Amino acid sequence: MKFPVQTSPHVEANQDVARVMDQVIIALLPGTLVAIWFMGWGVLFNVGLAVLTALVVEAVMLWLRARPIRPALNDHSAIVLAWILALCLPNLAPWWLSVVGSLMAVMVAKQLYGGIGFNLFNPAMVGYVILLVSFPEMMTRWGVGIAPYADQLTLTQTAAWMFAGQLPAGMMIDGLTKATPLDAVRTELAVNGHIGSVTASIFDPSVSWNLWLNLAFLAGGIWLLITRTIRWHIPVATIAGVVITSGFLWLIDPSRFADPGFHLLAGAVIFGAFFVATDPVTSSTTPVGRLVFGFGVGMFAVLIRAFGNYPDGVAFAILLMNMAVPLIDYYTQPRAFGHKKRG
Amino acid sequence: MSEVNYRQLTIDGLWKNNPALVQVLGLCPLLAISNTTINALGLAIATLVTIIVSNGLVSIIRDWVRAEVRLPVYVMVIASVVTVIELVMKAYFHSLYLALGIFIPLIVTNCMIIARAEGFASKNALMPSLYDGLMIGLGFGLVLVVLGAAREIVGFGTLFVNADQLFGPMAENWTITLLPEDKTFLLAIMPPGAFIGLGLLIAIKQGIDRRGQLKQKLAKAERRGAAQNPTETA
Repeated sequence: MKFPVQTSPHVEANQDVARVMDQVIIALLPGTLVAIWFMGWGVLFNVGLAVLTALVVEAVMLWLRARPIRPALNDHSAIVLAWILALCLPNLAPWWLSVVGSLMAVMVAKQLYGGIGFNLFNPAMVGYVILLVSFPEMMTRWGVGIAPYADQLTLTQTAAWMFAGQLPAGMMIDGLTKATPLDAVRTELAVNGHIGSVTASIFDPSVSWNLWLNLAFLAGGIWLLITRTIRWHIPVATIAGVVITSGFLWLIDPSRFADPGFHLLAGAVIFGAFFVATDPVTSSTTPVGRLVFGFGVGMFAVLIRAFGNYPDGVAFAILLMNMAVPLIDYYTQPRAFGHKKRG
Repeated sequence: MSEVNYRQLTIDGLWKNNPALVQVLGLCPLLAISNTTINALGLAIATLVTIIVSNGLVSIIRDWVRAEVRLPVYVMVIASVVTVIELVMKAYFHSLYLALGIFIPLIVTNCMIIARAEGFASKNALMPSLYDGLMIGLGFGLVLVVLGAAREIVGFGTLFVNADQLFGPMAENWTITLLPEDKTFLLAIMPPGAFIGLGLLIAIKQGIDRRGQLKQKLAKAERRGAAQNPTETA
């Protein structure tokens, strides 16, 4: 009898890029559904347009670079990238906003750096930040409220607004959009010099859409942890960074700085911690490095919120820490078996 | 370098050795001032005049300057030229002078100018040096203006905004509006837009070159093929 000799590895991990990306898509579903419930059909249009654009741009760029197109489209990474970007966009934005953002994310931030695995910065966050600095007025068009709230547009009304810029008679875009909680805090601080009672309403489940949205994203994040798609280090460290930094500021002056609970529930902390900062390409790869990376994201997010020019700082914090990743990885290399610790 | 080939100087300055696209010199003013066409044009003209005059002066004094002290001497020549240009601009194009600000005096530090003084004017006679300065300055200026126009169109949605700063009151209504104000891509006029724009221009230039080389190679291969087996191509 002949025994074939095989070289290692004898046990293969049942994991490839497409499988990981599919898990992320599953994990994004609850958050996306809750977002559609509270913000209307605009979210669905944003996701659809962004994903479609991302796939087209990815194919065109790969064709220009003379690389195989089919395997790259089948790994679903462009879908996840565009989906994450679309969830960051305001629901009453014009259609071209998600198209431009998705185009810049895939073309500039992903393919120009060499495609999947080679990008320095998180492409979804690059796309978002480009839109944020380029179209500041469009990026404030958030129309949200506990559903079904009176002003919510129907499917056809949303399509008419996003594609043709037409609102139903008697409606104004300024009447539909509302300040997000982080915006409200800034306004309150600028007008009255203290944040007042704005932060309290975020914990009330009957008025706070943020609470439900973040719980949905948290559920998705826990699904990612259970399926071992992501490790616990980055989300935990990010949340710790947010809580410790905002707690420190809050203890110094509770009338000017919001409390840690508000910081966790308003804005993109949960979403960023589980879905964006954990991007395997642009985040740190060592266990200690992941803790440092996540903590940095949380800390900078709060500092930018408190002292920066923009209401939310999670995207900027992630891009900042992306830059620091090579340094973090260099200093946190684990000791290889049989080697002495570097002195 | 006894015989100077003026045709070669033209091709080098404008295309093959373009200071902005190939040598990538003088990036600081190129990226900082190319946010509108008129700013870019103003700086392009100032730089062009500087490099022509400094090339000429360096060429005239090249036999008297000792090699050990040549760099400080060149820098002083360039600095004096820039000072004169700065004063002229301050007198006759005051609002443009204010818009360009620190970047007029900073022409002194544009390494493209000292590179031409050291690399060409110090070894060549007056006429070729002047011509080289003209071509290199034009090559730099063209890229500056193209980049400025592209960034202005995308970022502001206009072309020739503030043209009166350069051309006087008759140019006040030269501004062409191409995009509605709320649809302009602000990124283009910010620093990252400058880097992305210059990168795209370099890529376009490389693409055109690559294409030309490929065509030449194909033509050569075809000729060789035709020579080897004439029946096949006939």
